[in-house]
Amino acid sequence: MIPAPFAYARPTTVEEALQAIAEGGEDVKVLAGGQSLIPVMRLRLAAPELLVDLTRVEELRGVREDGDTLVIGAMTTHADVLADPLLAQYGQLIVQATETVADRQVRRRGTFGGALAHADPAGDLPAVALALDAEFVLVGPGGRRTVSAAEFFVDYLTTALEEGELLVEIRVPKLGEGWGVRYEKFNRVAQAWSIVAVAAAVRRQGGRIAEARIGLTNMGPTPLRASATEAALVGVDVSMETVTAAAAQAAEGTSPSNDLNAQADYRQHLAQVLTRRALAAAAGL
Amino acid sequence: MTQINVRVDGASYTDDVEPRTLLVHYLREQLGKVGTVVGCDTSNCGACTVHLDGQAVKSCTVFAVQADGCQVTTIEGVASGEGESATLHPVQRAFHEMHGLQCGFCTPGMIMASIDLLKENPDPSDEEVREGIEGNLCRCTGYQNIVRAVRQAAAEMSGKAADDPQAEPAAVDTAAADHVTAQA
Repeated sequence: MIPAPFAYARPTTVEEALQAIAEGGEDVKVLAGGQSLIPVMRLRLAAPELLVDLTRVEELRGVREDGDTLVIGAMTTHADVLADPLLAQYGQLIVQATETVADRQVRRRGTFGGALAHADPAGDLPAVALALDAEFVLVGPGGRRTVSAAEFFVDYLTTALEEGELLVEIRVPKLGEGWGVRYEKFNRVAQAWSIVAVAAAVRRQGGRIAEARIGLTNMGPTPLRASATEAALVGVDVSMETVTAAAAQAAEGTSPSNDLNAQADYRQHLAQVLTRRALAAAAGL
Repeated sequence: MTQINVRVDGASYTDDVEPRTLLVHYLREQLGKVGTVVGCDTSNCGACTVHLDGQAVKSCTVFAVQADGCQVTTIEGVASGEGESATLHPVQRAFHEMHGLQCGFCTPGMIMASIDLLKENPDPSDEEVREGIEGNLCRCTGYQNIVRAVRQAAAEMSGKAADDPQAEPAAVDTAAADHVTAQA
């Protein structure tokens, strides 16, 4: 259970990191918080030749405002997220999901950007980023580009990050007045991955739902939006009846896996139940 | 090999390590700090929890090179004083008094996680204790006395006497149950 040997680089700036990656040959891995990568390396499922450790790249850590947007540095740890005043005010959906990630020790090392770049469909943050239509800012040898969350998550553990590129920041809209949110997660034991989870954000206008955004965790190889449910909610009265009816469509278009925790049809059932619960809480019912 | 400088339990060390050396293996094998144990090797059990710059981490999921320039506190560094005159940390003492262990293997990690929790939340409820130590697994106690121990330590550390009537170890009734004695 000791990783295979590797060379180690510890840059302190994004520029140095890009250079280390560029010079590192073909088998380079970027180490963020390491809470997924180090276990995988111990099992020798990954054996990179060079590990580029970003933990000392201070410019990648922290949360700032940019008008109506929150900009979260990729190396912001889960513990940083939970203590951040801007996220407390405008990013409650991220905060709620982050509270459920693993355990306090893991949240001290694990990072927001690392969890997204790892793109585990059972991870809690990808579905949240997708529900918020987050923008991912990537920097590489060819410069800087921004991709939407829908483009970023390509397949199981696969993202739009290309060779030599780094995820540097994630931009999410501030959810302020009128928005209610809830991350509803189902797992069986403490610190376990989600069997299914639902991230919901609902904007109320008077007694009606103006807009709903719903992200599904672990309902396919990538995070998914519950688009049919979202569409069914626009303009309806806020009531348990409307929410329940819309939530019944939450599993449409999903392709969850069968595994030791659950069969696909059970996951589809769970998605409906958790969507109803998440929507009810987010809508203040 | 990469050279690292670390301060562990108050003493400074300069050592050469391979980048792949996990912090827990460095502590145990190069420094002899065997109070920190390896329980699962899969980042689940928390037995290897230490404080890195004051924050609880799983030392099986951090490379020793990443601790370069940092302060590490292990279970061996939380008591004050040396030898006969040493005074246990209040959390260590509470685990002892409240019988917060049976086999004791998870205890170093439990104590390090609990100290970290109490720094952030000096007066946790039972539920907050359970959530705070969710990264630490115990296969003996059923956690009841661990939760009592953490709350007892919280009361002591905040200067309050433990006035919680539940703050004593669960009574263990070793006598046979009625239906068993009736059959005898």
